[in-house]
Formats: sequence, C-alpha cells, structure tokens
Amino acid sequence: MEHVKCECGHVNPHGTAFCESCGKPLADLGEKLILDMRYEGSARRSQTYKKTMIDQIWAFFSSVKVGVALIVITLIASAIGTIFPQQMYIPPNVDPAEYYKQQYGWAGKLYYELGFNNLYGSWWYILLIALIGVSLVICSLDRVVPLYRALKRQGVKRHPRFLERQRLFGVSHVSDLDKTMAVLKERLAARRYHVREEDGHLLAEKGRFSRWGPYVNHIGLIIFLIGAMLRSVPGMYIDRVMWIPEGETKEIPGTNGRYFLKSEKFIFETYEKGKDNEVFNAAIDRVGNGMIAKNYQTNVVLYKRVGPVIPGAKPKLEKVKEYPIRVNEPLEFDHYALYQVDFRLNEPKAMSFQLADKQSGETFGTVTVDLYDPKESYNLGHGYRVELLSYFPDFEFDEDGNPSTKSRVPNNPAFVFKMYAPDRPKGEVSFVAIRQTIEPFGNNKYKMAFAGLQTRNVSGLTVRRDFTLWILGVGGAIFMIGLIQGMYWNHRRIWVQRVNGELWIAAHTNKNWFGLKNELRRLLDGTGVMMPADQLENDKKAGQGGQVHGHGTA
Amino acid sequence: MDMAQLSSTLLYIAFVLYLIGTFFFGGAIRDKRKERQEKDRWSQLGISVTIIGFLAQVGYFVTRWIAAGHAPVSNLFEFTTFFGMMLVAAFIIIYFIYRLSVLGLFALPVALLVIAYASMFPREISPLIPALQSDWLHIHVTTAAAGEAILAISFVAGLIYLIRVVDQSKPSKRTFWLEVVMFCLITTLGFVIVSTAFGLSGYEAKFTWVDKNKQTVEVIYDMPALVGPHKGELMKESAGRMEPLVEMPAIINARKLNTVIWSLIAGTALYIMLRLLLRKRVAAALKPLVKNVNLDLTDEISYRAVAIGFPVFTLGALIFAMIWAQIAWTRFWGWDPKEVWALITWLFYAAFLHLRLSKGWHGEKSAWLAVIGFAIIMFNLVAVNLVIAGLHSYAGT
Ligand code: HEM
Repeated sequence: MEHVKCECGHVNPHGTAFCESCGKPLADLGEKLILDMRYEGSARRSQTYKKTMIDQIWAFFSSVKVGVALIVITLIASAIGTIFPQQMYIPPNVDPAEYYKQQYGWAGKLYYELGFNNLYGSWWYILLIALIGVSLVICSLDRVVPLYRALKRQGVKRHPRFLERQRLFGVSHVSDLDKTMAVLKERLAARRYHVREEDGHLLAEKGRFSRWGPYVNHIGLIIFLIGAMLRSVPGMYIDRVMWIPEGETKEIPGTNGRYFLKSEKFIFETYEKGKDNEVFNAAIDRVGNGMIAKNYQTNVVLYKRVGPVIPGAKPKLEKVKEYPIRVNEPLEFDHYALYQVDFRLNEPKAMSFQLADKQSGETFGTVTVDLYDPKESYNLGHGYRVELLSYFPDFEFDEDGNPSTKSRVPNNPAFVFKMYAPDRPKGEVSFVAIRQTIEPFGNNKYKMAFAGLQTRNVSGLTVRRDFTLWILGVGGAIFMIGLIQGMYWNHRRIWVQRVNGELWIAAHTNKNWFGLKNELRRLLDGTGVMMPADQLENDKKAGQGGQVHGHGTA
Repeated sequence: MDMAQLSSTLLYIAFVLYLIGTFFFGGAIRDKRKERQEKDRWSQLGISVTIIGFLAQVGYFVTRWIAAGHAPVSNLFEFTTFFGMMLVAAFIIIYFIYRLSVLGLFALPVALLVIAYASMFPREISPLIPALQSDWLHIHVTTAAAGEAILAISFVAGLIYLIRVVDQSKPSKRTFWLEVVMFCLITTLGFVIVSTAFGLSGYEAKFTWVDKNKQTVEVIYDMPALVGPHKGELMKESAGRMEPLVEMPAIINARKLNTVIWSLIAGTALYIMLRLLLRKRVAAALKPLVKNVNLDLTDEISYRAVAIGFPVFTLGALIFAMIWAQIAWTRFWGWDPKEVWALITWLFYAAFLHLRLSKGWHGEKSAWLAVIGFAIIMFNLVAVNLVIAGLHSYAGT
C-alpha cells in the first residue's frame, strides 16, 4: 500500500484528500474554494478501493445515497401498509381473501393478492430493514475509523492553503501580534475551548465528542434491530392467551406449570352521570350514559407450585401475591407480565332446578348443576333423588335427529334427568332444555322446574414474557444518547496563526454556523482583529447578484 | 366562574393575543427604519404579546387539567390545541435564539389555524377510557406534540425561504407547488369558516342509511348533504333539509367526505377571491414581506429546528410510545396506523438529515423537504385520526 508523505513530514494513508496533520491539500481539489471538511479529508475505504467484489459491496452499502434510498423505500412501503387494515386487525374468524374483497372492492382484492395484508411481516419488508441494518454497520465503520485517526492526528499548525479554504476565514494586521495572540488564547480558554499552542500558533477546539454522535446513535439502532430480530428465537418471547372465570384457579400458560392464577372477581365499570365528575356530563350525554368504559379489572391471586410436578396429582400451591390486574397495570412476576385484555360478562355457570309435582306444584328440594363439572347424582333426602343421565352443554340435534352437543361451552345446555321418588322407585326420565321439556317415556308425575341460572364473568388475560425488552431498551437509550450528543452539541475549531506577520483566523463547525459566528464576534470584539468573512455567503452573493442581505460580516 | 369556563376563556384570550402578535410582527417587517443596532419596537411588542398569549394558553391547559382531573390531551380537540401551544412555545424558543421577526409573522398564523381547526371538534371534557388511564398519556403525548411542533418551525422557516426564493416572474413547477401549499392553508381556514357558519346556524339533517354490513343506521349531518350516505334517506324530523346530490357507496364515510367537500368549496372560493383581489399568486403577494430575509439564516433555522426537534420527536413519538404500548397494549409495537405514521415521519426526517449532511441538500431543496415533513405530520394528525381508524383514533370524533 502506498502512503503519501506531506511536506510537513506526516505520512498519510493512500486516498487522503488533505494532510491529516497540517491540512495541506494532497489531492487535486479543482476549483472548489472551500474544503470538504466532513471526514477531515481522510481516506475512506469505500472511496479508495474499488477493485474486488467485496470492495464494491462495501462501497455500495457505505454510500449514504443507498442508505437514504433504503430509508425512503421503507417509508413508502410502510405507508402502503396503512391504506387498508392489516390482517391482524380484521376479525379473526373470516377468510381474509373474502374480507378484503367484500369490504374494499377490487382495490381490496388487489391489496390482498399483492400480499399487502401482511406487509410488515413479509420477507421483503424484513429484508429492507435488514439492509438498512447492514448499511448502518458498513457506513459507520467506513467513516468512524478514518475520522478518529484524522481528529487524533491533527496538528496545530496548518498549511496556509488549508486555512484560506475554510468557510470562515480572515486576515488581519494587528500592531502587537504577541499580545493579541495572548488575549485570544485567554478568551478562548475562558469560553471553554481546549486550546493547544505550537510555535506561537493556536488551535482552539470544543465539542469534539459530538462528532461521535451519529456513530453512537447508529450503534444504538443496530442493537435495537438485533433485539427485534431475537424475538423470533424460541424461548425469547412468549405470548399466550388465558381465559379465566371468576372463582377458578388455572395454570398460567407458558410457565411450564410453575405458576397458577386464581380469579377472585372481574370488575367492569362505566362512567355514569351523577356518580362521576360533572364536567364529563356533556361527553357522557353525547355517547350515552353507561357507554364509556371506566375500568376493566380482574382481582387475582398468584400461586407458585411447590415441589415437583407429578402427573395426575393435584399440584401443591403456595400463595405469592394478590393483585388487581387493570389495563395499564399488568401483574408482573418472574419476567412474566399478565395483562387485562378482554372479558366475557355473565357466562352461565350453574343451573338450578326444583323437583316438583306437576299437578300440586309441591317441591321436594333443589338441584344445582355445575355446567362445567356436573355431578351424576343428587340426593334430596326423604327418598327423593335425581340422576343426571346425559348432559349437552351446547345442545343441538345432529343430522340423524339425535341430541348432541356443538361444543363444550354451555351456550345452550340441555339435560336428561332421571327423577326418583318414594312413589316412583324406578324413576321417571325427563329431557330438559331451555324452554322445552320432553318426556320420552310417557307422562311423568314429576318435573324438574327451572329455578335459576348462576352466571359469572370470565377475564381474558394475555401472558407475556419478553427477554428481548432489555436489549431494545439498551439500544433505544444508546440511540437517544447518540442523537443528543450529535444534535445538541457541535464541534467547533478555531485556528489562529501568524503568517508573514499577519494574523490569520479560520474557523469551522460541523453545524450551527450562526452560533460559531456569534461566538467569534464576541471573541474578537475589541481586539482589533477583523471578523472572518463567511466565504460561502460571499460566494453565493456573487452568484445571486448581491441580493443577499449579509449578516455576520461585521 | 367554574374552572372549565375559565379554561375556555383563557384559550380564547390566547387566540386573540396570537392574532394581535401576528400584526405586530407584520409591523416589524414594514418598519423601514429597522436597523440592526436600533431597538425594534414592533418585534418587541410582537414577542411580548405572544408570550402573554402563550401564558394564557398555559392557563387554559392548567385549569382544564384541574377541571378534568387529567391532562387535557385526551381527545382530538385537546391534542390539537396542545400542538398549537407547543408550536408557539417552539417559536418563542427559536425566536430568542435567532431574533427573526418574520418567523413570527408566519409561525403565529399557522398556530392560529391549528387552534381554530382544533376548536371545530367536540370540545367537551371527556373521561378517560381504561387504556388512557396512565401517566404515560401525559408523558408520551406531550413530548410527541412538542417534537412535532419544533419540527413544524422548520416548515415555517422553509416556507419563508421558498416565498423569498421562488421566482414569481413566470409560472413554473415551483410556483405551482408553492401555491398548493398556500391553497392547503387557505382550505383549512375554509373548513373553520364553514364549520363555524353551519354550527352557528344550527344546521342538522338526520339520515338513515345502510352500512357495509347491511345494517340500517342513523347519521347526523351538520352541513347540507352534497354527498349522501349509502341508500341514505332523510328522517322525518329532518324533512325539508337538502337532499344529497350524489350517493356514496357504503365503504365511504359520506358525512366526513361531505365536510371535506364543503371545506374545499370554501377554500377554493377564498383562494379565488384572494387571487382576484391581489391580482397575482398568493405566494407572490407575500414576497414583499420577506424581501429582507437572510436566506442562509432562514435555511439554518429550518435545519436547526429539525436538529432540535428530531430527538424530542424520537423520544416522545417512538420511545415513550413504545414503553406505554408495552404497558397498555401488551406489546411495544403493533403496526397500528398511527404508530406506522410516526415511524414514517421519523424515517422521513432521518432521510432529510442524511440528505442535508452528505448530499448537501441545503437551501431550497431542504426547504421543500421541510414542507413535505410538515405535510406528513399533519397527515398523521388529521387524516389518520379521521380516515384510517385504529387504536389511536380518539373515540368517535
Ligand atoms: C433509520 C435509520 C437511521 C437513522 C435514524 C439515522 C440517524 C442519523 C442521525 C441523526 C445522524 C446525524 C445527522 C446530523 O447530524 O445532521 C446521522 C448521520 C449519519 N448517518 Fe445515519 N441514520 C440512519 C440510517 C443510516 C444509514 C442506513 C446510513 C448508511 C448509509 C447512515 C449513514 C450516516 C452517515 C454517514 C452519517 C453522517 C456521519 C457524520 O458525518 O459524522 N445512516 N444518522
């Protein structure tokens, strides 16, 4: 590899635009008046090597043009995904192909056929994000190393051609150079500049750390993206649904039988006029009294299993804590979180019947059938007894006309009872469903009279465990730090040199030139040194026929 | 006077003060004697009035918070008003950095439009549904709005830049698009005017119509129906109200489309009137106001606003949003339209920064980008709430 030796003696890597140490332009800079200071003219791999395939891939991904193109494509794709709802937001029990066509006509059909119904999970969308990630890594590496080198090796004394090609540049004649330099040095130090002196020349610098801001924020982004990708690794991420009725204790899914949950009560409240803050009355009126939800809450008890898991045996449980789970207030334990997400009100739980004499109406006791766990036999004493022969939780007649059940959910319970009484020792059979009774073997003396329905509320909870969250958190935090570092600070440098008995000043900042000019103005005030001219502005003025009302050129 | 009443009054006062402030800043431009050294009376008056107005609006915010028991950022009216307030705050901050009075002349009208627009939505104090009952509501929404407002200052500066720099001597693509921006601003005013006018007249027409699930439902129009709902029929109590000229298919929300059409009609009428009055393009008419503006400084302000606003926006609209979503909705990200549009906004400004930094997109190009960025923010604020319904769309408004 060839190196380029500058006349100041510094040896620069091949591809350097201007000397790392003294700033003398090494390459032909053409007509350009002002040096491109972005990477201190340092040699970037992508700009220097273009031979092998790897060089070319490297150059491709380190190009900001490519990076911006990727960002813009992702942006447009993301926007397309919001035209119609994504599949996860349509009702779960419909055929998506039908749904999009029916709801949105031909446009919906096309949307579905192009796969936009699952746009954010599509391979090409994920590939786009991955490419942005690759681009981030390569472009950062491509720049940060040479930039670090160049900033570390910069010399205090700069070549005059470096100075005169800075955007802010001025030459002054002062009567007492030494004294002026001393005053400037003092003032610069007072303004918290880090001042270095060499052979009577000054380099004042501040905020250099802000130059690392973009790289820090890119690292944060990469960490975030890695975290997001890790979610698809098994075990990193658990997302389960749990329906739990009031009064029941259930194993919490996803915990491998280690945790159990009991629901004490589900509470649903709405805002009501008279009870809530009066200022809400107008809003409540508009939507309807009792129509605005106020609270969804499940009071639960969390249990932990003690001892080993023995199949078939009832687990031994130890109470961990009681907690009201509400929206925005999940129950957290051992990296898990349980969220209140859904509910079903007033689900049938048990049905009661009275054994009655059809004619006299006299009753002989009450039978309560648990719709989820019915007993087979109910003894009412004094010789009265009821047996449950069959139970159909979700009753229907099947194709052959026989009673059967659609599901195990008691949506439409039906029962076949056998009723025993002292005067009916062989028993009478009765088929009882909602609003109908069939007596298959002729007329009975007794009947099972409906005596009430017990209901209960069921809570829908989501169980989550996400081991990627802390990675995302770290990534996000680093991103913010880098962002603030790069955006709220800037890197300012002021060179003050003696050249042929004149005082030369040049200044550079990576952003906020307005602030730098103000600072210079204050710095030079009363020293007799001329305010450096903004060469970029002068340049433009010439181009625009002097229309621009200059400022900053005192 | 009770708190809620006091709160409304304070908002009204703030609105009027911003209006007065605009005129003072206008005076600062016209003041020919203006020299750098000399103290500029008009600007001083302008910024003082603006600050008092801002304090009045903070008063509105605080009293409404006390009345409701929660931060007033929970429905479209409150959020948009808050955005207007942050816009003024961002302007005040940038003003004290750069002391550019022309910025006030453009920033305040934008804030006024935003607040007027907000006031067209139901203004009652609404109770919080369970998902919103969280401190993260205040934290997330306020920071996101603050970020968007600072980014909006970049638009204001960009607009000034464009008005100053676009050559109005002959029509071109640039003059056309600049007029489009003007037209959009004027149409917002059109919306405010028609809403207020029909609101004051108490217009109401009830229709029954058949929705896309073939259900017959009712809808109340508060503007005469130019476009009617699917199989819409005027109900008895609205007999004699205007019959729709055209009927919409079921998947289109005809009531909202009707409002949009009325706004466009009013906006177009206003725009044509202005053109006839001014006898030149609106942007051309504004050009004298900015003729003394320093282009480089305006460009820098536009960029600086993005530099300051981007981190705030990231924190509020993405990071805080994700934290809250994780707590309230069990997942930090769910590709809800509002979330996606926040991501789009963020990607857009990232592209803006990169283009500026490495492709040297300064000046006019950068100014156009600032305009597009603001359009995206407004799209998220207006269209995503009203058109694309998602988890975030404030219930029913
Ligand atoms: C969405 C993703 C990205 C975000 C949010 C982001 C953010 C940023 C920010 C805030 C800056 C500082 C800008 C300024 O100071 O004005 C920056 C600089 C930069 N970014 Fe990115 N970036 C992203 C993606 C990329 C990609 C894909 C590339 C690769 C081509 C890239 C390359 C750069 C470069 C080269 C710089 C300038 C560094 C310097 O000059 O010191 N960025 N980025």
